[in-house]
Amino acid sequence: MSGKSGIFDMIGPVMIGPSSSHTAGVVRLGRAAIRVLGSLPDEAVITFYNSFARTYEGHGSDRAILAGLMDFKTDDKRIKESFEHAKEKGLKYTFKSVGNASTLHPNTIRLQLKKGDRSIEVLGESLGGGVINVAEVNGFTANFSASSHTLIITAKDVKGAIAYVSEILSHDDCNIATMTVSRKGKHDVACHVIEMDSGLRPLTLEYMRSIGWIFEIIYIPDIDL
Amino acid sequence: MAFLFNDFRGWKTYCLEKNIPLYRAVIEFEVEQRNRTEAEIWAGLLNAYTVMREAVQTGLEEDMSSRSGMINNGAKKVYKNPTTVLSPEFQKLISRALAAKEVNSCMGRVVAAPTAGASGILPGTMYTLQEIHQLEDQQILEGLLVGAGIALIIEQKASLAGAVGGCQAETGSAAAMAAGAIVYCLGGDIDQVFNAVAITIQCMLGLVCDPVAGLVEVPCVVRNASAAAIANSSAQIALSNVSAVIPVDECVEAMGEIGQSMESRYKETALGGLAATPTGQAISKKVLIQDIEILPDHD
Ligand code: SF4
Repeated sequence: MSGKSGIFDMIGPVMIGPSSSHTAGVVRLGRAAIRVLGSLPDEAVITFYNSFARTYEGHGSDRAILAGLMDFKTDDKRIKESFEHAKEKGLKYTFKSVGNASTLHPNTIRLQLKKGDRSIEVLGESLGGGVINVAEVNGFTANFSASSHTLIITAKDVKGAIAYVSEILSHDDCNIATMTVSRKGKHDVACHVIEMDSGLRPLTLEYMRSIGWIFEIIYIPDIDL
Repeated sequence: MAFLFNDFRGWKTYCLEKNIPLYRAVIEFEVEQRNRTEAEIWAGLLNAYTVMREAVQTGLEEDMSSRSGMINNGAKKVYKNPTTVLSPEFQKLISRALAAKEVNSCMGRVVAAPTAGASGILPGTMYTLQEIHQLEDQQILEGLLVGAGIALIIEQKASLAGAVGGCQAETGSAAAMAAGAIVYCLGGDIDQVFNAVAITIQCMLGLVCDPVAGLVEVPCVVRNASAAAIANSSAQIALSNVSAVIPVDECVEAMGEIGQSMESRYKETALGGLAATPTGQAISKKVLIQDIEILPDHD
């Protein structure tokens, strides 16, 4: 998403109603979250905060989030029938509403997803016009938009880790757009979230996965592709 | 080139100097700013217009009732009503604008043009214009490009979002796009197109955004119909060379100024206007989720 608008921002986007922040943005949050999980979930606990907490039914954000969790795109007509599709697919879900969460953005959703033994948690914001920010992943600060290519590295907090990672990426001719690093404590677990202008080769990902102090690599190419 | 869609005067000068029609400048802008090919642009426009036509059809054929109950197949009722107020064409125009917007309210597929809240106006007007005047798709697509140029300028100088500029920014801008597109498609010259935009803005100025229960349903749906009607009345006036007196760029400035001074309860917050009426409040209570955990106040 570059700064200046183009004609397809004026005549477009093609989308499922009623509003870009309540449907398109929410679908995209779901799509980003299942990529963090690495698969479609069996179970989801979905918490709507603040402005979303009261209006999620009326705006259809409940159907939109289930659609995203089933990997539907933002202009997919099936979004309207998400409940039926979720039932068919055996996706179990629970909705919760929390108001007055003053530290969170007005349109925030928390997703707790489970697939077999694996469970993840994502906190996301719908910023308007379908644009999103994934604010947190598993309690770590993340802040990525999911519209470029994103790499999430969970690793031991070791010296030189950041330099090492950026060195590897530069070998793949990869330009880093943003980078967020947060950690649980000194020499504990750190989380690197890197947004890149272009994608990574499978070989590079394999290599990074083989490094001893790296626990997990999650790679999320542009979620709209 | 980036300067091009800063104001209407610049757009006109550019077209006169290069001796090109209005829509050409919009294409050149998109090619240069967005690195798109012309073929991609035409394909994208055709896709958008196809989705618009489908939305009109869907709204007139399928069940359109919203979860809140406020929207309940209004477009079909208008379409089938044996009492015709003006002419069958007018009746169709109104029902089509309602239809596409109802599709939006009922989680169907639409084109946000310029926004989702205003997604019935261009479909209603362009569909009807094409039918009455037997226009080729290509002409309608050129009209949509003119509409896009109009919206690009309004976005720069005022706003297209109800939350920023009130409903004049959403349905008002869409009506301005439609009026300009209609005049272009009927062979109007640059001045006539811009005059139609100026007249439309004058008709839509000051409209607040006050959606009941915060849902994009009431008054949004009926405003898509009235905006479609205003687009047509403005086009009729402009094509007859009746001047708006205040030039289009100044009308846009006025819209921006009014939007800025509008209180926030009139900007999509559902705190003022129709949303604050006793009935609006009662509906809001009924449709909004009450089973909600409220966190204690911080600080
Ligand atoms: S009232 Fe507000 S939400 Fe409804 S169409 Fe107008 S600007 Fe959009």
